[in-house]
Amino acid sequence: MKNNRRVKSQALLALPMQLWAAVFVGIALLYIVGLSLLGRGDALTVTGEVTGESYARLFDPKYVKVLWLSVRLAGLTTLISLLLGYPFAYFMAKASPKARLWLMLLIIAPFWTNALIRIYGWKILLYANGPINQFLQMLGLIKKPLKLLYTEGAVLLGMVYAMIPFVILPIYTGMERMDWTKVEAARDLGASPAKAFFTVTLPMALPSLLAACVLTFLPSVGLIFLSDILGGANTVLWGNLVHDELLKSRDLPFAAALSTVLLLLTALVIFLYRKAGGSNEDMVF
Amino acid sequence: MKKNGIWAKIYLVFLLVLMYLPIVTVVLFSFNASTARTPTVFTGFTFRWYGELFSDKRGFGDALQNTLLVGLFSVCLSTLLGTLGAVGQVRAFAKKNGLAARASAFIENIAILPIMVPEIILGVAFLLLFSALGLPSGMLTLVLAHTTFCVPYVYLLVKSRLATIGDEYVLAARDLGASPMRALSTVTLPLVLPSVFSGALLALAMSLDDFVISFFVAGADTTTLPLKVYSSVRYGVSPQINALCTLMLVVVFVLVGLSQMVLHKKNK
Repeated sequence: MKNNRRVKSQALLALPMQLWAAVFVGIALLYIVGLSLLGRGDALTVTGEVTGESYARLFDPKYVKVLWLSVRLAGLTTLISLLLGYPFAYFMAKASPKARLWLMLLIIAPFWTNALIRIYGWKILLYANGPINQFLQMLGLIKKPLKLLYTEGAVLLGMVYAMIPFVILPIYTGMERMDWTKVEAARDLGASPAKAFFTVTLPMALPSLLAACVLTFLPSVGLIFLSDILGGANTVLWGNLVHDELLKSRDLPFAAALSTVLLLLTALVIFLYRKAGGSNEDMVF
Repeated sequence: MKKNGIWAKIYLVFLLVLMYLPIVTVVLFSFNASTARTPTVFTGFTFRWYGELFSDKRGFGDALQNTLLVGLFSVCLSTLLGTLGAVGQVRAFAKKNGLAARASAFIENIAILPIMVPEIILGVAFLLLFSALGLPSGMLTLVLAHTTFCVPYVYLLVKSRLATIGDEYVLAARDLGASPMRALSTVTLPLVLPSVFSGALLALAMSLDDFVISFFVAGADTTTLPLKVYSSVRYGVSPQINALCTLMLVVVFVLVGLSQMVLHKKNK
C-alpha cells in the first residue's frame, strides 16, 4: 500500500491548526492556571512567589454562594431548555420537508442578529410599566405591576431564551439520523408509547441529548452580561466576579483563580460527557 | 413516522412566538415616538431614531466597519486552518502508528475546547496571553481571538464530512496516477466544499455576534457593533439600538429570502 502511505503524509496539513490551537488555546489556558498560583503584585501584576493564597480566599461563604447560584441557574437553564426544546426538535423532525425548512430558517435567523439585542427586547417587555405588566393589568389579573425585571427569574428566562437553539439544533440533527423504523417496530410488537420512548427512542437520541446538555450548561455557567442586563446588581454570577476582580479590583492572581475554578468545572463536565459515551462529532449541528 | 397532530403544531407555533416576541418588540419600539428615559409605552409613530442612527453621532459606522473586517479576516483564517486541519487530522488518525493517532486526538481535544469553555474564560485567557506577548489591543488581537474560537466549527463540520466520504475516492485518484496534492485539490476539497461553506457561515455568525471575548481583547480605542450595543443598553433603553436591530433583521431576512429563491430555482 505505497499509495496509502503517501496519502497519509498529508497529516502535515494539520500542522498550522495544531500549532495555533497549542498556543492560543493550550498555552493561553495553562497560563491562567499558572498565574492563579502566584502572589499578588501592584495593579494587574504578580510576584514571583508561589502561593495558594488566592485559592484559600475562595472558601469565603460569599464566593461559595455565588458559585452555587451560577451552577444552579445553569443547571435549571439546561433542564428547562431540554424539556422545551426536545418536543420542538421532535415535532420539527416529523414535519413535512417544506415545513422543516421554514422552521430551520426561523430558528437560525435570530442567530444572525445580535444576542444582546434580543435580550434587550426582553428588558423592554419586563419593565414595571412595560408591555407584559400592562397586558396583565388590562386583563385584570393583577392590580399593581409585578416586579419582573432585575430578578433571578428574569435572568433564568433570558438564559433559557439564549440557549434553547443550542438544544433544538443538535437534537434535531440527531433525530434526522435516527432509524425511526425501530420505534415503529417496538410499537408493532406491543410496546406502549412510553415504553417505546424509554427503551428505544431515548437511547438512540442520547448522544445528541448529552451534546445539547454540554453545549447549554457550559456557556450558561460562565454567562456574564446577560445577568447585567436582566438581573441588574441583584444577580452576581461567577462570570461577574471574574470580570470585577480583573478589571475593577485588578487582582490578577485571584481573577485567575476564579477562572481556574470554571476551567476545572468545564473539565469535569467534559470528563462526564466522555464517560457517558459522548464524542466530539456529536457537537456538530 | 406519524404526522404531527394539531397539538404538535400549536406547540411549534407557541415556542416560535415566544422566540420572536422580544425581536418584534424591538422592531415596534424602533418606531416609538416616546422620548421617556425608559420608553416602555408606545406613544406614536416616528422615523426619528433611524435619522439619528444614520447621522451617526455615536460612531456606529466605525463599529460596523470593524465588525465586518474582523469577521472577514477571522472567517478566512479559521476556514483555512480548520479545513486543512480536518484533512490532515483524518490522515493522522488513519495511521497505524498508535502514538501519532493519540497525539492527534489530544490536539483535537485542545483545538475544539473553545466551543465548550465558557466565553469569559477565553476572554480573560486571550487578554492575559496577548499582553504577555506584548501585542497591542485592537484589530489584530480581535482577529487572533475570533479566529481561535471559529476554528472548531469549521474543523468539526469538515471532519464529519470527510468521515462520511471515506478514503475510496482519494485512493482511486491516486491509483489512477494523481499526485497527493492533485488528489487533494481535485477530489477531496471539492467533496468537502459544502461543509467548508457551512462552517465558514457558522463562523461568520459567531464572529459578528461575539461580545464577551471582544470585550476583553478589543482595548479602549477599538469598538465593534456588539460592544457598542452593550454600552448603549446596559443602563437603560436606547431607541437608536432598536432602529439598528430592525435594520439588521431586515438584512438577515432579505439574505435568507434571496438564498431561498436561488435554491428554489436550482431545484426546478
